[in-house]
Amino acid sequence: MKKTFALLASTSLISVGTTALAVDLEVTHWWTSGGEAAAVAEFARLFNENTEHTWVDGAIAGAGGTARPIMIGRITGGDPMGATQFNHGRQAEELVEAGLMLDLTDLAEAEGWRDFVNPTSLLDSCTIDGRIYCVPINIHSWQWLWLSHQAYEDAGVPVPTNWEEFIEAAPALEEAGKIPLAMGGQPWQATGAFGVMAIALAGTDAWEAVHIDQNADVAAGPEFARVFEAAAQARAFSARSNVQDWNQATNMVISGQAGGQIMGDWAQGEFQVAGLVAGEDYSCLPGLGMNEIISTGGDAFYFPLINDPDVQAAQLELASMMISQEAQVAFNLKKGSLPVRGDVDLEAGNDCMQRGLEILATGNILPDANQTFSPDTQGQIEDLMVEFWNDPNFSAEDAQRQYAEIIARAD
Amino acid sequence: MSSARRARDGARPPIRLLRNLSSKLAAIPMVLVGLGVFVGGTIWTIVHSFTDSRLLPRLNWVGFDQYERLWNTRRWLVSIENLAIYGIVSLVLTMCLGFLLAALLDRKIRFEDTFRTIFLYPFALSFIVTGLAWQWILNPEFGIQSIIRGLGFTNFNFDPLYNPDLVIFGLLIAGLWQGTGLIMVIMLAGLRGIDEDIWKATRVDGIPVWKTYIVVIIPMMKPVFVTALVLVTSGIVKLYDLVVAMTSGGPGIASEVPAKYVYDTLFTRQNLGQGFAASTMMLVTVAIILIPWAYMQYREKRQ
Repeated sequence: MKKTFALLASTSLISVGTTALAVDLEVTHWWTSGGEAAAVAEFARLFNENTEHTWVDGAIAGAGGTARPIMIGRITGGDPMGATQFNHGRQAEELVEAGLMLDLTDLAEAEGWRDFVNPTSLLDSCTIDGRIYCVPINIHSWQWLWLSHQAYEDAGVPVPTNWEEFIEAAPALEEAGKIPLAMGGQPWQATGAFGVMAIALAGTDAWEAVHIDQNADVAAGPEFARVFEAAAQARAFSARSNVQDWNQATNMVISGQAGGQIMGDWAQGEFQVAGLVAGEDYSCLPGLGMNEIISTGGDAFYFPLINDPDVQAAQLELASMMISQEAQVAFNLKKGSLPVRGDVDLEAGNDCMQRGLEILATGNILPDANQTFSPDTQGQIEDLMVEFWNDPNFSAEDAQRQYAEIIARAD
Repeated sequence: MSSARRARDGARPPIRLLRNLSSKLAAIPMVLVGLGVFVGGTIWTIVHSFTDSRLLPRLNWVGFDQYERLWNTRRWLVSIENLAIYGIVSLVLTMCLGFLLAALLDRKIRFEDTFRTIFLYPFALSFIVTGLAWQWILNPEFGIQSIIRGLGFTNFNFDPLYNPDLVIFGLLIAGLWQGTGLIMVIMLAGLRGIDEDIWKATRVDGIPVWKTYIVVIIPMMKPVFVTALVLVTSGIVKLYDLVVAMTSGGPGIASEVPAKYVYDTLFTRQNLGQGFAASTMMLVTVAIILIPWAYMQYREKRQ
């Protein structure tokens, strides 16, 4: 009797759910660490408060490499979610071309996204054949060298202000029993650090020639030879850091065991949680102090095409909410990333964040490698970098030759 | 006209196709699955390995480009080399150790049940659990190395997972620990199937025990060895989860394996064509081993 009643009750509930206009929208993403989860909770809060729809959180544990195949599998397999995270760039390109994503162009034109999204290259990354298919959410830049003031005090040398000084000070740190450069063992960290060195040491022109024009001659040329030599030096200085995760490496900088770490602005959160003050306990050097430029990688949301007008309306409302001023401030303060709008104020952000905003305002920006290379080319570079970084016998010349070969057939 | 003819047909001996009709009907789903999923899937994969498919399959022919690129990729070559080393060593050692343990258990020892359980138990664990456990045991900071150093041997060095030259042997230790038990049980079953009279006869003839094993028992156990061989080989070719759990291919690319290359190119790198070319190469490798063996089996049966 009880069971029958429960069954009846639940079926009636379902029927209520389908007839009402409110939609449960599942949103998948791979933001699971403390700061990330707090940031995405802001989106969920705003969506639930300001609309009649419900945010169903579909967090996928593990990094993007684990989550993306699951997301793509669900979209191509006919079980699409309401909205999903991808990085700025070409990860969802083919899904859009296959007509599996919702076209946001009308909404974007009505709200004038092109007027306030800064840099506009983020919107270009969302645009395929003149139509807009995603909402840029935030900007994460890789180009930061984080330095521990304590490590340099212990070694009795001044804190470096650029990469050259960093290399000069490294032997003193080693004598004091410190590791000059902390480096996690995961492949993406080696690739990222190399990318940072490429912008800082080869210069903007050479970087653009390789990454945008895919010019293999420049990749084999003297500018990049300098980058590979620097990477070989950095490899020697990071040889003793036996950690895997990036935040373990950041912790070595926080505790003063290591001099510095090349890592994106997401490392900022770790320093904050440890209670360190920027400028007093640690420094951040954008572009390794050589070339103050940041790359504008980050995250965007895509909305798989679902043939249900109610769901589509809810998807558009979510897209509009995510790029609103209120959501941009709330989300990015928690996430430690920069907003995609040029017209919001992030006064609450700390020193390093302000420096990032200044560079963004001056327009010294480059696209992220994810935006210029396909995941396939990125993967090949990753394989090369992880091997180069772990094998002290792998010479800089050999690595550069193989790098130029990858660029020659890049797409 | 038909009734007379039907009667004549019914009088004929049953058609061969209709013999054991019910069992043939019962086998139809399996045959369909076999044809559709295995054969069909294989053909589909091979066909698409000649295209430039990216995230989604498409028929845009590029000839042997994917294969050319595959065999010029260092990571693939390292993967093949690793699989060859792992395969040969693990094949020889699991068979030898498995047989040795089985023979020892078969000598009517005390607590045979206990030993059998201990040796077989690792097989009940998944490769992921095995990999994680051994990753901790082999970790220089808190595994074997630190324990032995704690005993006073401060120069003791044992960190196979962090040494590119030794990492594949680190994987082997874990693989053997897990796989040997099963082979032992299969061998033990084979040994139990040997007629007691054979032992009596060799004892009467005064043949030493070790010689009996090599000259008489092992040749008699050929089918058991073949079963064990197939099980071990298939386990080797699909080696993947152990690597992911223990090293994720590191240090560098020193412990990459073909199955991991296939997974990474298919899913994280969105290059179906390249991934299919790699998996087709894996299939070809297996076929090169299996076809001569199947042919030999077939010929023996006919003789």
